[in-house]
Amino acid sequence: MKVLEEGKGELLAWMDHDEARRWVRENKRRDMVDKTMDLKEAVSKFVHDGCYLAMGGFGHIRISMAAIYEMIRQRKRHIILAGKTAVHDVDILVASGVVDKLEVAYCFGHELRGLSPASRRMVEEGKAKVVSEWSNAGFQWRFKAAAMGLPFIPTRVMLGTDTFRWSSAKVVEDPFSGKPICLLPACYPDVVFMHVHRCDVYGNCQIDGIIIEDYELARAAKRLIVTTEEIIPNEEIRREPWRTVIPYFLVDAVVEIPYGSHPCNMPYMYYFDEEHIAEWLELSRTPEGVDQYFEKYVYSVDSFEEYLEKIGGLKKLNYLKKLEQLRAPLKAPWTEKKKKK
Amino acid sequence: MSKPYNMTELMACVAARFLEDRKIVFVGTGLPILAAMLAQRLHAPNMVIFFEAGGLGPEVPALPISVGDSRTFYKALMATSMDYVMSCAQLGYFDYAFLGGAQIDMYGNLNTTVIGEHDNPKVRLPGSGGANDGGSLAWRTIIIMRQDPQKFVEKVDFITTPGYLSGPGAREKAGLPEGSGPYRVITQLGVYDFDEETKRMRLISVHPGVTVEDVMKNTSFELLVADKVETTEEPSPRELEILRGIREAWIVIGKQK
Repeated sequence: MKVLEEGKGELLAWMDHDEARRWVRENKRRDMVDKTMDLKEAVSKFVHDGCYLAMGGFGHIRISMAAIYEMIRQRKRHIILAGKTAVHDVDILVASGVVDKLEVAYCFGHELRGLSPASRRMVEEGKAKVVSEWSNAGFQWRFKAAAMGLPFIPTRVMLGTDTFRWSSAKVVEDPFSGKPICLLPACYPDVVFMHVHRCDVYGNCQIDGIIIEDYELARAAKRLIVTTEEIIPNEEIRREPWRTVIPYFLVDAVVEIPYGSHPCNMPYMYYFDEEHIAEWLELSRTPEGVDQYFEKYVYSVDSFEEYLEKIGGLKKLNYLKKLEQLRAPLKAPWTEKKKKK
Repeated sequence: MSKPYNMTELMACVAARFLEDRKIVFVGTGLPILAAMLAQRLHAPNMVIFFEAGGLGPEVPALPISVGDSRTFYKALMATSMDYVMSCAQLGYFDYAFLGGAQIDMYGNLNTTVIGEHDNPKVRLPGSGGANDGGSLAWRTIIIMRQDPQKFVEKVDFITTPGYLSGPGAREKAGLPEGSGPYRVITQLGVYDFDEETKRMRLISVHPGVTVEDVMKNTSFELLVADKVETTEEPSPRELEILRGIREAWIVIGKQK
């Protein structure tokens, strides 16, 4: 195949496909064993400084926030993040100093809420570095290539743009049609956290609603830690096997953490905590505010239960449940702040 | 002279009119979603909305905060994955992609990545998200954005999402799907299409109270002007009533006084 053009972005998290197979053979257990552990152990065991991290979900939908807080608490450093579609997760991870290098499809924004003051500031001041650009579809197809055990996957996105020029993809002449086609390199993250609705102790997982890119990402991950709202018996998994999105052999650890996605949305369970996110967006306008936020909600807190008390306890959680069911009006204090700007 | 609507409401109403019934439309965060929801409640009840995170054909009950939140697959036909949605797009199922932007040039190339240099950014923006995918793969792309001389520019700082790139034939030469590309641009001043021959942006309509000169003052590239520039029809009381009645629309259009 003739290579027509190469992106100048840094190639990260790529593996030779035979190396990937060897890694799977040597590191992924085939036997069904109880993989439950607490979050402190899971984070210290699987997250190493300098490793390549990806979060399941969609930036602020079904995000393993409890795991993010634990990485901050353990003061992990120089983590490289797959900014696939990253929103509140990347903002918090960059602002706290855990992540300082990124590949970006979508980062530094809060969708409808506007831009992210803290992570944007870190990039503009050179404290966090963007080493490549992608599109959302492009990034998740990199996981698909990895999930298939292939070195790359062809696609028609990113062609002709600076998004391509700043990626580590290549454009080649397609040997079948003769047309230019973009080859996306496989992406095998060292560690992935995924928050799910329920799973058994072995890691067979069910997700309600959209899967986003977790179907592919779970297979691309070298290590996969699942945080779950609930642990269920294996018989329940076997009763409705068509609901299993992630099978046990992909999973390295299972951690039960109800409300583990707060302040993000957990479909069918709880909606965004916009009051909490507004507090973060307001405080994160200054470095001092960032420190204040992490002191209040992460460093001074010993468990996720204690955090849930701090953010408003049962009363707040009930309100978020009602919001999800469209039975309460949305309060979004950041709309006022946005207007003042 | 004060009008019974604001500029954002006008943009939403005008944009909604371009969306056809019985078509598939892919939407970005904010105004594009709101306009699509409005179109469904007016002339396009059978238009199907696709969201990149996997929501396919929902009955969107309230303005979503994210293109992946639970409202994007409320009473949907299918709750699936990004791979599924984007593969459908690549296969040719997206009739329209409906996007926002921070900078645009005369060929409809969009920047949502960075103002200034990539490695030394003046303003770091979020990046492509699903915009490059929609703009690459949909048959027709509609862009809705604010217009001023810093946004309608000779050269965008970064081509995040392809318009017609450098002109006629450039998309196909790059390998992008044949017969696809930007279709309309809607701003607070007017509506634009793209000249068939040159693929350059052309003014086709100005909003009430806006002159062609106003448009020129807010454009930093050589803009084509249609032989007959129409005046945009004002939002009707019915359009405004339905728009304002959409749950949580106030986040985008503001609260009624």
